[in-house]
Amino acid sequence: MPGRVITITSGKGGVGKTTTTANLAVCLALLGQRVVAIDADIGLRNLDVVLGLENRVVYDLVDVVEGRCRLRQALIRDKRLSEMYLLPAAQTRDKTAVNPGQMVEICHQLRPDFDYILIDSPAGIEQGFQNAVAGADEVIIVTTPEVSAVRDADRIIGLVEAGEKGPARLIINRIKPDMVRRGDMLDVSDVLEILRIDLLGIIPEDEHIIVSTNKGTPVAHDIGVPAAQAFRNIARRLRGEEVPFMSLGGSDNLFGRLRRLIAPRSDTH
Amino acid sequence: MWDKFTGKKRVTSREVAKQRLQLVLIHDRSDISPVMLEALKADLIAVISEHLDIDQEGIEITLSESRGRSRLLATIPILGRRTRR
Repeated sequence: MPGRVITITSGKGGVGKTTTTANLAVCLALLGQRVVAIDADIGLRNLDVVLGLENRVVYDLVDVVEGRCRLRQALIRDKRLSEMYLLPAAQTRDKTAVNPGQMVEICHQLRPDFDYILIDSPAGIEQGFQNAVAGADEVIIVTTPEVSAVRDADRIIGLVEAGEKGPARLIINRIKPDMVRRGDMLDVSDVLEILRIDLLGIIPEDEHIIVSTNKGTPVAHDIGVPAAQAFRNIARRLRGEEVPFMSLGGSDNLFGRLRRLIAPRSDTH
Repeated sequence: MWDKFTGKKRVTSREVAKQRLQLVLIHDRSDISPVMLEALKADLIAVISEHLDIDQEGIEITLSESRGRSRLLATIPILGRRTRR
């Protein structure tokens, strides 16, 4: 079966696209899938450092497009997972170095050899984003429970719908359960009500993510870490499994409802 | 705690965020800016004033959303019908 091309995008920068791409690649590879992660953020390359592969970059996406190397030569194999590869972005060029047709062609060439082709999109709605979604079968939108990120996600949902990429799915990142319980953060149900989009996953704010990025070892490798579990759940949902969502302080989860039934006012101030 | 005794409900920043987002997205999705609404309001006043005496200060033009469609809501208080000449 040919591989699925999934683009991870967000509109707003800094919400966790690269971290999500890296961790989903690791989780899918841990599930025995053949995975390639493409960094489409030309000029602002980062997926290589998040994956800890920065010292192995020889060729990049633009070298492939401009014919300086074959596609296979530019793929970097992961240090730990033998079925996971990275196609890095060029660091010294910009978004116009590649066009959407060339991205479609690269995806087409990778499909027979991989189960999943994950594309890390740059922020924004300009050419970099257009390149990243051009070859996509599916789009994952990453947001955080903040007004600016949700607004930008809404804009991206509109653009993805207009591009007929099928229904996009949402990952809500950096949820702080304590703030949600205090009523100081939008909860999962708020964001879903506003964006009217299918939920793919929720990820708690977790300091382990910063530590893992410091080291260049995606957090998904650390069993027992909440964020790692969240990414593993998402990977399994991508595989078509039904996996229940974590409870992260929202009013719509069973735990919260049970707690209010037992002690109706225990969490009001 | 005090709110619980007085029965007053604290408006949380979460609720504020949700309301602000809903409002801004209605405008984003419909591509109708607040400036455009103001221009529309001025034109409506001009047209309607030719036929009816209206309370220009009391006019409210808002965008809302229901069942996935944007709606333009105009509330125009009428002071009294002008007599035909």
